[in-house]
Amino acid sequence: MNGSPPILEVKDLQVIKAGSLVLDIPALTIEEGEILSLIGPNGAGKTTLLQTLARLTKPSAGDLFFKGQKASLNHSDLEYRRRVAMVFQEPLLFDTTVFENVASGLKIRGMQRPEIRKIVAENLEQFGISHLLHRSARKISGGEAQRVALARAFATRPEVLLLDEPFSSLDPPTRESLLADLESILRQTKTTTLMATHDRMEALRLSDRIAVMNLGRILQVGPPAEVMNQPLDEFVASFVGVETILPGRVIKKNGGSFLASIMSHEVEAVGEVELGESVVFCIRPENVTLAVHPSKESSSARNVFPGKIVKIIPLGLYHKVQLHCGFPLVAYVTGHSLENLALAEGKEVVASFKATSIHVVRKKGGQEIK
Amino acid sequence: MRRIYKIQILITAIICALLISSWTPVQAQQKNIILATTTSTQDSGLLDVLLPIFEKKTGYFVKTIAVGSGQAMTMGQKGEADVLLVHSPTAEKKFVAEGYGVNRRLVMHNDYIVVGPAGDPAKIKGTKATTDAFKKIASAGALFLSRGDNSGTHSKERDVWKASGINPEGQKWYQQTGLGMGQTLNVASEKNGYTLADRGTYLALKKNLQLNILAEGDAILLNIYHVIEVNPAKWPKVNAPGAKAFADFMVSKETQEIIKTFGVDKFGSPLFFPDAGKKEEELGK
Amino acid sequence: MDLIFEGILKAFYLLITLDPEVMGITLLSLQVSGTATFISLLIGISIGTVVALAEFAGRRFVVSLINTGMGLPPVVVGLFVTIFLWRSGPLGFLGILYTPAAMILAQAVIATPIVMGITLAAIQALPKNLRLQILALGATRLQMVWILIKEAKLPLLAGVMAGFGGVISEVGASIMVGGNIRGYSRVLTTATVMETSRGNFDVAIALGIILLLLAFLINLILTQIQQREKPR
Repeated sequence: MNGSPPILEVKDLQVIKAGSLVLDIPALTIEEGEILSLIGPNGAGKTTLLQTLARLTKPSAGDLFFKGQKASLNHSDLEYRRRVAMVFQEPLLFDTTVFENVASGLKIRGMQRPEIRKIVAENLEQFGISHLLHRSARKISGGEAQRVALARAFATRPEVLLLDEPFSSLDPPTRESLLADLESILRQTKTTTLMATHDRMEALRLSDRIAVMNLGRILQVGPPAEVMNQPLDEFVASFVGVETILPGRVIKKNGGSFLASIMSHEVEAVGEVELGESVVFCIRPENVTLAVHPSKESSSARNVFPGKIVKIIPLGLYHKVQLHCGFPLVAYVTGHSLENLALAEGKEVVASFKATSIHVVRKKGGQEIK
Repeated sequence: MRRIYKIQILITAIICALLISSWTPVQAQQKNIILATTTSTQDSGLLDVLLPIFEKKTGYFVKTIAVGSGQAMTMGQKGEADVLLVHSPTAEKKFVAEGYGVNRRLVMHNDYIVVGPAGDPAKIKGTKATTDAFKKIASAGALFLSRGDNSGTHSKERDVWKASGINPEGQKWYQQTGLGMGQTLNVASEKNGYTLADRGTYLALKKNLQLNILAEGDAILLNIYHVIEVNPAKWPKVNAPGAKAFADFMVSKETQEIIKTFGVDKFGSPLFFPDAGKKEEELGK
Repeated sequence: MDLIFEGILKAFYLLITLDPEVMGITLLSLQVSGTATFISLLIGISIGTVVALAEFAGRRFVVSLINTGMGLPPVVVGLFVTIFLWRSGPLGFLGILYTPAAMILAQAVIATPIVMGITLAAIQALPKNLRLQILALGATRLQMVWILIKEAKLPLLAGVMAGFGGVISEVGASIMVGGNIRGYSRVLTTATVMETSRGNFDVAIALGIILLLLAFLINLILTQIQQREKPR
């Protein structure tokens, strides 16, 4: 962004629970107005990170900076907590009306009744639940409850919003609708947001940056395209949806491109490598093309391999095709193509993919290119 | 523990201390007298008549604690009572001899009776000597209910068994209720058994009982009441002037007159016989 | 059978004519048990929430103490309170033996663990993240405790009802520490015992009926409040 300090910054943050290190983040900065998603498996530390940033959990070591000012760990965190809001996976509404729920953050701050009414009305309107004003919180649906929880958090006009998997307990259509509304509200209000999710699509759609976490650490953080297409290591790769991960060794170099031996097949890729180096090829299934008659299709793909379909898994709108062409390979195929090509388990096909679409991970150090 | 929690606990403790202290009686301690007496005395209703008169006259507030004679005297021994009104002469004499009580004065007497089922299986009706009646009950193995609670009545009953030379403990026909007089009479009535009762309680409950008076009038059955002040030398905390005022009241002429007529309108005969000033040995002659 | 019938008749008579002695006894019952319940409410809820929320050494031990206290036999409480309040006892200087204050004390001791235990369970039964959510809304710790208590108000009300029900019907401790003194420390339960032992069954039944009515009425009111809002 610009020259002002990041709104949140973390240095050498560590949280130890029951004797084990559950969070270990040497550095993380969050810019004002950005939406950062945290993705990772269960137990990765996403919740711990969010709660520590909310100052609900006390870190065992490290520093937290809010707008450049160090948040003192011994000092009262009240002021901080009043500038940062958090919403959990369950709505956790109070046993009263929707109005009282959304007003609760304001009542806590000692605001007067008339002004509370105004702000509550605005926020209910923003989330499309004005009609629920006097309804009891016990008598609304799951989606409506989560909207109330979000309205409750927004009503306090937080400078940072922390969301811990807020949509995971909702069914897909509800989730979709809420996600769309939230996205527009976040963009409109330019609220700095950190959101934990285990849905890659949500993260992709909503975020300015994605952070991949595992075992308490951040493995990679960057814009969605970068993380999705250039995973730094195998774990990140598999987590962001790279289906084909192939270890191999560089056998020939050719200027900008090179050949690697993968299970005794030669595969061409692009990048700066050393001869003899161990590398890992990451190939996204969307970049694999299947054909039945090789001679008919001519493409610029240098990597063409005949093989056999091992398994076809229907995934709704498309199909995941697992095949073996000297090495295992995964491709995504639409239902349409499936029919046209009459693909079936056991059928012989020809798979191809561009050298440029392979993401190369060098085994030593794991930094990478493209 | 978080500081806020400690503060919470502290505030609560303070509020409670305030609340309880606001209920502490306003009366000064000197105006209270703890009178230990027996349940049968209280149940007779005599004190309900006498105490208001005393309180009005002297301004003292009498806390009547009605328990068994045994417990009343234990209270006196520990200085937990100021004055005793009991009817257990043997134990009382020991109490005074051991220095726990002073000014033991005769107040009144009534008598015990032996009651039992109309059928009278042990055939004791008309027996002059109570000891003989008890011997008949024992040899017939007829059901006998004892209070078994160290009360005055229980002591008297034990004295009679002793005088009869019989030890009823452990015998199948001898059952101990551990209850008050009224309840023991009820049990005896329900189970068609014999028991020793004070006339007052029997008369009060008569209409609900299926028991008849089968032996009475024997000197041994006299139930003699004394008032004893707890010795302030042993227990400085007792209200000595209050105790004395009460004891004086009990033997005063006006009170004795009231005692004389108490119960007549309700039962046709008085429940107690005033004896202040007399000697214990004179009674029953 | 006539006896019971006569008893019920006498009961109505005493009630309808508002017999002063009976009314006095009833009022005292309410005052004593009401005050004791109020005290137990204050101590029970505040300490109950503290134990539920705080972490400290020996917490498990304290929790089992509270749970044991919930089942304390009232007559045993009466015995120990009496011993403490004797002139020769550690609290004898207070001089409150055989007074309503002593009865309030004993009844408060009986009711407090009950309210405390139920509060403890109620607060612990709240969703685990609720506490964090409240803090995340910017509440001070005190505000947080207060909001949690409000969220648990239904089971807490049940706890208060249980405490009150336990002490208004208690007789053993009340007789021991109160002395059942006429017009002073005589309450419905102690009077019932005395009238029964005197053979005045009609009066005893009347008192019993009043006690039942009282307990029923109070619980009716509290139940109405509780059941009006069914929990989620």
